[in-house]
Amino acid sequence: MPHDIDHLVAARPGNESSIVIVGAGQAGLSTAEKLRANGFVGSITLVGEEPDAPYQRPPLSKAYLLGELERARLKLKAEDWYARNRIALRLGTRVASIDRARRRVCLADGAILAYDCLVLATGAIARKLPQAISRGLAGIFTIRTLADIDALRPALEKRGKLLVIGGGYIGLEIAAVARGLGMTVDVVEAAERPLARVASAETAASVEALHRSRGVTFHVGKAVSELLGADRVAGARLGDGTIIAADVVVAGIGGMPETALAAGAGLAIDNGIAVDAYGRSDDPFIWAAGDCANFSLSGGGLRMESVGNAIDSADLVARNIMGARQPYRPKPWFWSDQFDLKLQIAGLSRPGDTVVVRQGAGPGRSHWYYREGRLVAVDGLNAPRDYLVGKRFLAASASPDPVLVADPMQALEAPANN
Amino acid sequence: MPTIRFLLADGAELAVEAQNGRTLMETALESSVPGIIAECNGSAACATCHVVLPEEIMVALGPISEHENDMLDFAEAPRESGSRLSCQVRVSDMLDNVSVRIPSA
Repeated sequence: MPHDIDHLVAARPGNESSIVIVGAGQAGLSTAEKLRANGFVGSITLVGEEPDAPYQRPPLSKAYLLGELERARLKLKAEDWYARNRIALRLGTRVASIDRARRRVCLADGAILAYDCLVLATGAIARKLPQAISRGLAGIFTIRTLADIDALRPALEKRGKLLVIGGGYIGLEIAAVARGLGMTVDVVEAAERPLARVASAETAASVEALHRSRGVTFHVGKAVSELLGADRVAGARLGDGTIIAADVVVAGIGGMPETALAAGAGLAIDNGIAVDAYGRSDDPFIWAAGDCANFSLSGGGLRMESVGNAIDSADLVARNIMGARQPYRPKPWFWSDQFDLKLQIAGLSRPGDTVVVRQGAGPGRSHWYYREGRLVAVDGLNAPRDYLVGKRFLAASASPDPVLVADPMQALEAPANN
Repeated sequence: MPTIRFLLADGAELAVEAQNGRTLMETALESSVPGIIAECNGSAACATCHVVLPEEIMVALGPISEHENDMLDFAEAPRESGSRLSCQVRVSDMLDNVSVRIPSA
């Protein structure tokens, strides 16, 4: 069926049209906001499975967990914003299925919503430990939603022992917060180094050294065989027989795109909901944005889990629904806060890229990645100036001379903004 | 509750009721003030919440961090003497009826 309808072009939605957005995270909310900004006057329904109105997710594992940011401040919009923008918000509501032939979604509570255009912004879900390892013990947490953090927070106590499984960004951010609260922290990572899949060896080494200097214990190249304890978790046994005592376990073992609804409707799935460069799935009336969407671009598939991507891809989908026909031009960037480190990353580096280190006069440094002589990414570690200069070079598709980059006494002239 | 007067890049003014203790960025986002993107949700990591404040308010708010200072030098719109990242400015009665300009990129 998908290919039979490929030639159909969904008409630009008009005054009477209904747009349903599934997923009330950053991407879903941004899509609704940008549809209105682009002049869509028909009905918009934003359906979210979580009970909370759209909120900022990044601070959950950082300032919010530390208690520095109160709950109310996480909300992205004032309560009356939805009514003022005529956006029907249906929270605590799961979408059970999509009836593509009749263009309607069936909600788990039995309600049915007709759509002229459907946007899937279902996000990603946290991978859970296999039952054979977790054994149904209490005291094991994953990190994704506000409810996850609200459950974890009371368990983080001074003098407690936290075991983090997985040395990715989420795991390391939680480790830093827990050390800040005075807990003992062990991190188990199956790869040979933390951040193995998501940062260069140079950046990972700097981050690992920081954590070690602050008292975090790493167990790299090791896997957890099973968690120990009767009802509550009391520790872990690693593959090499090492026993680690723990009274709280956080599994930061990665996220997966939430594709169940799309797959159930027979949409093409490929590391996420497969969409073209415009954000449209293989059904011309269904689009996807944010963490769940895998864009087919000239360089290959691109799926990113970041706020920047959620905002930018939502903006793109909203404009294309309104007829713009613009392909996605992603500007990947990420950041992480751990202890007093602010890590800012622009572009996408790969293993094998040439790395040029620029060591600042102070504690800051930056790592510049070149592929075939072209700058492809910059990591700033407490080096906002280098990061932003690098971002300008990337935006201009220009590459600074690596000799200048390596010499911190040489100023780097950023290309003009465009 | 102080009223913040956002002066938009197109010259329009958008007056918003704000809550003390929140940041100017959060206040702007809640009301969809055009030009405040805040991609990093207030972590001073992206410089997409750049605003320009009146001189006397800049003095009253006190010094800005080195990190914010560096970020402002490379914000999309050129830096001005009243430039701040709105995620680093807390709303207080001092900002009541103050004009907060969104610079055009």
